[in-house]
Amino acid sequence: MIRCEQAAKRFPGGGEALAGIDLQIDAGEFVFLTGPSGAGKSTLLKLVALIERPSRGQVIINGQNTRRIGRRRIPQFRQGLGMVFQDHKLLADRPVFDNVALPLVIRGVGHREVGRRVRAALDLVGLAGRERQAPLTLSSGEQQRVGIARAVVGKPPLLIADEPTGNLDPELSLEIMELFGRFNELGVTLLIASHDVDLITRLGHRRVMLEAGRIVGDNGGAG
Amino acid sequence: MSRRARGPGPLRRLQAWGRSHAQQCVAALGRMAGQPLGSALTVAVLAIALALPAGLQLLVTNARDLSGGWQSALDFSVYLAPETPLADAEALTEALRTDPRFDDVTLVPADAALEEFRSLSGFGEALEVLEDNPLPHALVVRPAAGLDAVAIETLADELAARDGVERVQLDTAWVQRFQAILDIVRRLTALVSALLAVAVIVIIGNTIRLDIQHRRGEIEVMKLIGGSDAFIRRPFLYGGLWYGLAGGFVSLALILVALAALGPPVSRLAGLYGADYTLAGPGAAGAAILVGGGAVLGWAGAWVATARHLRAIEPA
Repeated sequence: MIRCEQAAKRFPGGGEALAGIDLQIDAGEFVFLTGPSGAGKSTLLKLVALIERPSRGQVIINGQNTRRIGRRRIPQFRQGLGMVFQDHKLLADRPVFDNVALPLVIRGVGHREVGRRVRAALDLVGLAGRERQAPLTLSSGEQQRVGIARAVVGKPPLLIADEPTGNLDPELSLEIMELFGRFNELGVTLLIASHDVDLITRLGHRRVMLEAGRIVGDNGGAG
Repeated sequence: MSRRARGPGPLRRLQAWGRSHAQQCVAALGRMAGQPLGSALTVAVLAIALALPAGLQLLVTNARDLSGGWQSALDFSVYLAPETPLADAEALTEALRTDPRFDDVTLVPADAALEEFRSLSGFGEALEVLEDNPLPHALVVRPAAGLDAVAIETLADELAARDGVERVQLDTAWVQRFQAILDIVRRLTALVSALLAVAVIVIIGNTIRLDIQHRRGEIEVMKLIGGSDAFIRRPFLYGGLWYGLAGGFVSLALILVALAALGPPVSRLAGLYGADYTLAGPGAAGAAILVGGGAVLGWAGAWVATARHLRAIEPA
């Protein structure tokens, strides 16, 4: 699903955020990306989402080499990808329903189909019946669930998340991670960046550890 | 998954496209209504910018209509050779009447001319002395409206060259002056129209640019979840279209109000000169051009703004 070959990213005027990493993530895997701040977790996710392009090496997503995806084809590429952000990135001036519906509206899905799928997604994240509320009237944990509903409503095969529990207390964090686990059971491949080592150790999925732009540990999914 | 891989059929895609347009079209209108004061100000500025050239254009049209009343000033007289028989004069009159370059051709036979001269000149008794009618047959010719000075002069030359025509009397200086003035006003109108069209594009472009900056976060999110450039641009284009359309309608209203205000005094003034004259309005075609032109300019302004500013916004 994700294959990085000597993928490196150097920002102009800055150091090397990623120093040429090799990483293979198969379809259906649940992978945590961990390491201290500045280790390159976010940069790697940005390479996967084509927010940034590698300075060297290749990033191949679902058989597509991101180097060969032109600017105009990025939208289509991102439609096959679910993204969850630490700050949710919800549109505050629109109700929950419209936020979750956005990926479907972008694809021009029919009105009735949108309603059905949005309600199904909200149901999955435990927010059934809250569709008319404004995002800011929800708690932070609930807002993150809206963000997750939006990420999965288009049924992407791959879901990436950058510190999705960064602003949540441990209990809510666990709930969110368990939610991700449920999607994984439905066949979605997950790549989640998190520095919450206690939590992810407890969950026991594959952990890839980054430090200073290099992979310093990969338990391959064993404990 | 497999269904998505094959992709939706063309009809489905067309439906989706139409639905997306309809939604964003209405949404753009809703956003305008959401900021009534700001939208009203923009629309007012647009309306004034559109009403100015439209008003000038009306002025030209009305001046030309009014000049229809002076059209006799453009008439010219064609004097035939003295011995020309009346039948020949009538034949020439008929021939000229079929020429589209003339609006009107009137034959003034020598006898009628003499009669008129006798009654108007006050030389009636002196004329009694004459045995023969010294006056030739004459034609009073009115060139078709819309012919310019050069065309009218060519026409006069052509007539003068005809057999049996002795002389063509044409007050070209007056014709040329009049046409020249109309030409200047017409060009001025074109110039002002072009300048204000650019102004409308700039005004709408700037409004849309501010809107883009205001909604920067939203645009980033749209790009992150796979909104295409066309999808993201569309609400702004519709916004520009609505602004232009609203500006067009309000400018039309301004013009109609101005006409209603100016109409009665103009008619009264014309009445004092013994003329029956009413101001001409823009008409259905003029109104359509004004409102449609506003919409097109609005769309163009939004297009310029989105082309310049949307691309610069990328999620980081």
